[in-house]
Amino acid sequence: MFNLFLLQLLNGVQLGILLFLVAAGLTLIFGIMDFINIAHGVLYMVGAYLMATFAAATGNFWLGLLVAMPAVVVFGLALEVFLFRRLYDRSHLDQVLATFGLMLIVTEGVRMIWGSSPIFVPVPELLSGSIRLLGIINYPVYRLAIIAAGLAVAVGLYVMINHSRIGMLLRAGASNRPVVSALGVNITWLFAFVFAFGAMLAGFAGALVAPVLSVDPGMGGSVLILAFVVVVIGGIGSVKGAFVAALLVGVVDTLGRTFGPILLQMAMDPSAASQTGRTLAPMLIYILMALVLAIRPSGLFGRRAA
Amino acid sequence: MSDSPAPTTAPPASPAAPLRRPRLFSRGAAALAIFGLMALVPLVAHLSDDPFLTVAFTRILVFAIAALSLDLILGYGALVSFGHAAYVGFGAYAVAILSRHGITDIFVHLAAGIGVAVIFAVLTGAIALRTRGVYFIMITLAFGQMAYFFFTSLSAYGGDDGISLRGRSTVLGTDLLAHNSVLFYVTLGALVGLYLLAAAVVNSRFGRVLAGTREDALRMQAIGFRPFRYQLAAFVIAGAMASISGVLLANQAEFVSPAYMSWHRSGELIVMVILGGIGTLLGGVVGAVVVLLLEEWLSVFTTHWRMGLGLVLILVVLFSPKGIAGLFERLLGRGK
Amino acid sequence: MRKARQGIAALAATTILAASPALADEVKVGLVFTLSGPAAALGEQGRNGFLLAVEQLGGLGGLEADVSVIDDEQQPDVAAGRARELVEREGAQFVVGPIFSNILQAIFRPVIEGGAVLVSPNAGTSNYAGAECHENFFVTSYQNDQSHEVMGAYAEREGFGSIFLLAPNYQAGRDSLAGVKRQFSGTVVSETYTPLGQLDFSGELAQIAAMQPDAVFAFMPGGMGVNLVRQWTQAGLGDTPFLSAFTVDESTLPGQQDAALGMLAGANWAPDFDLDHSRAFVAAYEERFGAIPGTYAMQAYDAAMLIDSAIRAVGGDLSDIDALRTAMRAADFDSLRGNFRFNSNHYPIQDFYLTGVVQREDGKFHTSILERIFEDYGDFYADACPMEW
Repeated sequence: MFNLFLLQLLNGVQLGILLFLVAAGLTLIFGIMDFINIAHGVLYMVGAYLMATFAAATGNFWLGLLVAMPAVVVFGLALEVFLFRRLYDRSHLDQVLATFGLMLIVTEGVRMIWGSSPIFVPVPELLSGSIRLLGIINYPVYRLAIIAAGLAVAVGLYVMINHSRIGMLLRAGASNRPVVSALGVNITWLFAFVFAFGAMLAGFAGALVAPVLSVDPGMGGSVLILAFVVVVIGGIGSVKGAFVAALLVGVVDTLGRTFGPILLQMAMDPSAASQTGRTLAPMLIYILMALVLAIRPSGLFGRRAA
Repeated sequence: MSDSPAPTTAPPASPAAPLRRPRLFSRGAAALAIFGLMALVPLVAHLSDDPFLTVAFTRILVFAIAALSLDLILGYGALVSFGHAAYVGFGAYAVAILSRHGITDIFVHLAAGIGVAVIFAVLTGAIALRTRGVYFIMITLAFGQMAYFFFTSLSAYGGDDGISLRGRSTVLGTDLLAHNSVLFYVTLGALVGLYLLAAAVVNSRFGRVLAGTREDALRMQAIGFRPFRYQLAAFVIAGAMASISGVLLANQAEFVSPAYMSWHRSGELIVMVILGGIGTLLGGVVGAVVVLLLEEWLSVFTTHWRMGLGLVLILVVLFSPKGIAGLFERLLGRGK
Repeated sequence: MRKARQGIAALAATTILAASPALADEVKVGLVFTLSGPAAALGEQGRNGFLLAVEQLGGLGGLEADVSVIDDEQQPDVAAGRARELVEREGAQFVVGPIFSNILQAIFRPVIEGGAVLVSPNAGTSNYAGAECHENFFVTSYQNDQSHEVMGAYAEREGFGSIFLLAPNYQAGRDSLAGVKRQFSGTVVSETYTPLGQLDFSGELAQIAAMQPDAVFAFMPGGMGVNLVRQWTQAGLGDTPFLSAFTVDESTLPGQQDAALGMLAGANWAPDFDLDHSRAFVAAYEERFGAIPGTYAMQAYDAAMLIDSAIRAVGGDLSDIDALRTAMRAADFDSLRGNFRFNSNHYPIQDFYLTGVVQREDGKFHTSILERIFEDYGDFYADACPMEW
């Protein structure tokens, strides 16, 4: 039982790390630009598809990653320059409508280019197989690599936000935008940077999961809602909040699914427990979100009502 | 244009108070025109020997009711509910579950649907209204998803496969609704009635306070109103109205499924309202008509029709900020 | 709108059509498949399979075929509306579809009550196999439980002492595991239901690793199956037998590739089926659509062949529905899976096989027939169907 718990904990952390990568960009864009980007999930999807394409073309996972990342940034910047820029001073609802439209367009575009069937990305040789941890459990190396990469990004983000000039601007921008522009900072440039950066994080997450998850046109939509849940639980604009919330959602979802029914069986008879478990399991993260928001209406680390 | 990072959280402009009377008059005319045109659909269907038109438009009217109810809270209370489809589902499941047990009268269906919707809206609204803005969007999503997963787990009523009705609701023991054109006019009647009700609500003192809470909740509080009560009341009214559309949807499709309550559906309703033009009541109706007709029309040409829909949405946002209603007002020279 | 839809359908079908309205020497067929959204790959197979048959036959039963292709969007109410439109407005005489069971529930009444014949090339729910069976409803695939029963029977025969069952938390998932348990008498160590659309199976795989069952059975259609299979291999569970249904097939293998090698499934056909016309079908499909067809395409192709045979038998006279039905019941066509006839409930009696994933010489992956598990296998619900013929 302890082994299982440990495994599930690792799995929960890995799911959380993934959600963090997607949610980090979302919360930055949201907090700093006050921009709701429904199309953020497509960046994740495009990252995975580009990764698949370039990995296949070069025959090498690492080369593929190396080419896919700049490609995602270019794609994200193109979206920023041609569409999002025109939406920053619009209402949230206009942003929702336009970016929802964009999501439809890109998703269909992906279907037209790559087809509806899932496509394949191999696990790199170096990271295949599994490894024995603490002498008691086997764990896939690639998943450990995802956790490591995600943690590295999180640390990098922390250093950048708290100990660099751009980080200072970001923090200032999130809490008080007029001040930033008063400082004479080129807001256009800052916004484009933030957006490209968020796109890269989401694309990176997509590229990372390509060897683990199904790369198909539905992948952007399914991750988007989870990412929004993370952003809102963490508090809009807070990268730290997104990190905590992502791990929380990942761990609660993974552990709850396994241990929820076991706990329920202690309280009620097995068939009722399994029925209740089946009903409750998919609701878990929504119950978590409702609970957090009922107690802290601006999320765990939210500074203001958005 | 992004050089002007002015705070943009204010909701889109609503009719300013002094303009209300003349604007409303013109809206009344527009409403009359739209509903009048709709009333001709069965006639056109008859003349063109195409009875299916009536069936298709009944579905459009059903969604128009749902969108109208969402606009009431979204447009006038700035309460963007991302779980509104759940209320449509309550109405639909009231029909399915009661019919399964031999209770087929539409008034019982309506009462049950509205009853469940009101209870759910009061309970979840009381919690959700503690939050604002995007947090509100997401907490309503959470409650909507809970309702969705609850109904998918009801194996006795089909689970996710849904449940096929044996027939439409009865009216006082008669199968009046079995006629497509009767169902159409009943739906149209419900739409017009609920539109008038919603219009009366937004023009009442209650509605003005609600609109006031949207503009500046603090000020309303300062002059002695408790926004919470007004917002909750509006939330409940909207939920009840949506459940009526659910009862009609079940009768139109003669099939009920949890898919009616998924977040995709809630999102579609939001898209309809914004596309049509928020805070106009009629906008929701127009949005529903346009989105559904567009979907039908585009899917004729290609299975990639979603791309066309996406393009239309972006173009509307870029070139007509207040949705289709705004476009019309501008064309008719009444907008500012 | 109507004319345009037919025009496009005609283009899609690449058949040469006479203009509507219905002519005496023309048959109107409506296809209802999921052609947009995440599950579009399955619907595309069904559509392609049917259209390929019509193309090869140059029509249906000697008549010109006016085929309208409808996207159900995997939304029941959309599907119900469009199916009704097909029948009531366009006068479709046959409706072929859908892929998903919940869509079948939604389109059944509009199509049947509209007076058309409904042929399901995939979904085969238990209610229409039993008490709610209908004289104008035919299924060319299977009853939904059967592919799962195949794996239950296989596990029973192999003498696995314990098995771990895994399915998504929805109606078809629950039916699936019920099907396995009907044939398997060993210990079920866990019956795990995951949320529909789950991306990450690491939790379930960890449980499997901890419980060490003799075998695992999984029903994870579409993208879920791709995720599960790839994560399975990475989790180092390679030695445990992996039994499945609709989890490794031609729609998911492009995304699974060598991760799925050696995995077992229950099915009524596989692309290497040992029949000349089956091989010809696979070659033609690959030539035309650039992918290996799966059972979705095969069953839709057979649906077209069934309709073709029935129209031929009545000499193209579609006005006598009773004669047409009798001809359909005869199932007088060369099914791609050989042995095929209709049970009293209009569901097939056919053979079921154990299949395994193999790699072809050109590097592509497909399922391959390993052995026959059931011969002349009908479903358990037919007795409840009151229909007699």
